[in-house]
Amino acid sequence: MFQNLTDKLQTIFKNLRGQGVISESNIKEGLREIQLALLEADVNYRIVKEFIESVTQEAIGQKVLNSITPSQKLVKIVNDKLIELLGQNASPLNLSSTQLNIIMLVGLQGSGKTTTCSKLAKFLHNKGKSILLAGTDTQRPAAREQLQFLGKNLGLPVITEGENPLDIALNSVKKANSSGVDTLIIDTQGRLHINDELMDELLKMKEAISPKEILFVADAMTGQDAVNIAKSFNEKLGITGVILTKLDTDTRGGAAISIRKVTGVPIKFIGMGEKGEDLEIFYPERLASRILGMGDILTLVEKAEGEVKQDEAEKLVKKLKAETLDLEDFLSQLRQMKKMGPLSKMMDYLPVEPSLKNMDVSEERFKHIEAIILSMTPEERSNPKIIDGSRRKRIASGSGTNVQEINQLLKQFYSVRKFIKEMMNKGTEMKKKGWLPKLAT
Amino acid sequence: MLQKTKGIKLGLFKTRTSVLEKISNLFKKETEGENLWDELEQILIEADMGVGVTKDVLENLRKHVRMIADKEEILNSLEKELLGNFLHDGRSLNSSTTPPAVVLMLGVNGVGKTLTTSKLAYKLKKEGSKILLAASDTFRAAAIEQLGILSKKIEVDMIKHSYGADPAAVCYDAVEAAKARGVDFLIIDTAGRSHIDKNLMESLKKIRRVIDSRFPGMLKEILLVLDATTGQNALSQAKTFVDSLGVTGIVMTKLDGTAKGGIIVAIEKELKIPIKFIGTGENLEDFEVFDPKVFVSSLFEE
Repeated sequence: MFQNLTDKLQTIFKNLRGQGVISESNIKEGLREIQLALLEADVNYRIVKEFIESVTQEAIGQKVLNSITPSQKLVKIVNDKLIELLGQNASPLNLSSTQLNIIMLVGLQGSGKTTTCSKLAKFLHNKGKSILLAGTDTQRPAAREQLQFLGKNLGLPVITEGENPLDIALNSVKKANSSGVDTLIIDTQGRLHINDELMDELLKMKEAISPKEILFVADAMTGQDAVNIAKSFNEKLGITGVILTKLDTDTRGGAAISIRKVTGVPIKFIGMGEKGEDLEIFYPERLASRILGMGDILTLVEKAEGEVKQDEAEKLVKKLKAETLDLEDFLSQLRQMKKMGPLSKMMDYLPVEPSLKNMDVSEERFKHIEAIILSMTPEERSNPKIIDGSRRKRIASGSGTNVQEINQLLKQFYSVRKFIKEMMNKGTEMKKKGWLPKLAT
Repeated sequence: MLQKTKGIKLGLFKTRTSVLEKISNLFKKETEGENLWDELEQILIEADMGVGVTKDVLENLRKHVRMIADKEEILNSLEKELLGNFLHDGRSLNSSTTPPAVVLMLGVNGVGKTLTTSKLAYKLKKEGSKILLAASDTFRAAAIEQLGILSKKIEVDMIKHSYGADPAAVCYDAVEAAKARGVDFLIIDTAGRSHIDKNLMESLKKIRRVIDSRFPGMLKEILLVLDATTGQNALSQAKTFVDSLGVTGIVMTKLDGTAKGGIIVAIEKELKIPIKFIGTGENLEDFEVFDPKVFVSSLFEE
């Protein structure tokens, strides 16, 4: 959808090599591209303007060395500054081990508060916390039922009894204290930041129960208005953190920059959809590359690392380097990927060409692939080149498929091998330049 | 009609004042030359119009406006330019001479589909039509209860299955019921999830296939619900739903906040799909027919 920003800049700057020093005039066009990329990503106009000015300041006068292109230098400056804006390091929740931790979730309607409550509950429960959930949204039809359902699925207690939101909140604190849980997560009604009456109601709740954390739940797809919304919530309530939801979409998520910039409050978690297991810790460098349209390679790598055993991964890397990846590995990779979740979801993290994203990886297709590879001789699996016409016929009848499917599989195998190899090279290259530090190669 | 116009204006009140303030400030400061264009760019981009539309609008404006000092001329031309991006007609809801007309509501999670479904039902009921609702979101916790409560409130029947049931089966039963009960409109609420979620799209496509094949010609409207707070991703959502399912109209919700919903312009311009309704509040009455003239002029009216 978006041409990679790096590629665009590469084109713009191709004549710049050898000019020695970055000057205002020779990077003007490049800065314009960066400005457009940030605006397309929904970063607020004024913040973009300020940002571009500070990048210009930093870039001008920098030497363009022969070893690195001006566009790479500029992207590095931009990337570093974005990470700085987004808050450098992951920021944990401020929880006490001796007192009751009260966490309030606030935000606009539809930002995903209720879903996020249950995700946060699961996240903290897995970390050994004992949890009580409180549903105080008396306005949206069935909002409390929704939280009850979610709590039941997690096997965690939910309280929704009370006359009004404040009353429910007070009841929940009592219940939390009497039942001895250490963490109370309070869901609140979605409201507009300009609705004074409802904002006052939240303030009263805050004053009555003194939460340790007030987390502002924000939709990652929010547009330019993110600045006004976040500012109002922060001024009224003094939020302590942000949870960015719906990053399972194709949004670039520039609202995060706006929110962070106007509130100065750290983004603590990101949400990846309506399934409970998807709350993740926020890493600024990943979102920075996403906002710039460079793909979230780190997340994928880490995901893969978590699922694939380290020695297997190392073996695979060696094989890739030696170009000896064979069909046996291909099959075991497909099996690994199946464990990691849908391949299509993984592909979304990558700056991949569309044809690969559309690769058919349905269960059924996977079964066929498995059958085909298992019908090959060990020799054929390790050296696919020898699979000629008559071998293809034999494999087809052995696996209950047809020659066409065999052809398709071999084609896919070669393109995947090529693609992985390119990815590895890219990774090594980026690592050398020092801005994808954790990428394992 | 008067009533409606008032409603939209009330909903867009924030939009009007803030843009007007900015434009007035522009002239107070007697900004000249390039600064003026920069500030106009800021106004349009901050309304979520997007880089593409903003660039086109301002480039055309430059061609037509010579004397930058004339405030009236600039405002009029800007209004005209923006209006030029909208379709001329096709905003009324498609009905059927042989009822029931089936209306399918789509959208990602959190845009306000269920409330919008109820608002539309309420509006049509008030206009004298007989309505049936269907709760085909069998995925999200308490989604069926949510529509159930709203349907009781507006006194309209609702067809439902249990959670985990096939959404297409709910729709099939709902159309059968709509025929048997002789209703004018069957409005189907669907599950919301990320638009790039393949499973969601497949499940929605199946609903469409079932209705099209079993009840040919009955599906009269596929309305996509978009949230005015959403930035440029709204265009991506619209494109995806248009490509996979075909969309006949758009409803933009949450225009009662400070978000301006400027992405509307890009959507009509690029996709040629009419914005049919807007949501301007939490009450069932806060629902209006979209009028581009009112939308654009309320941006600049004094």
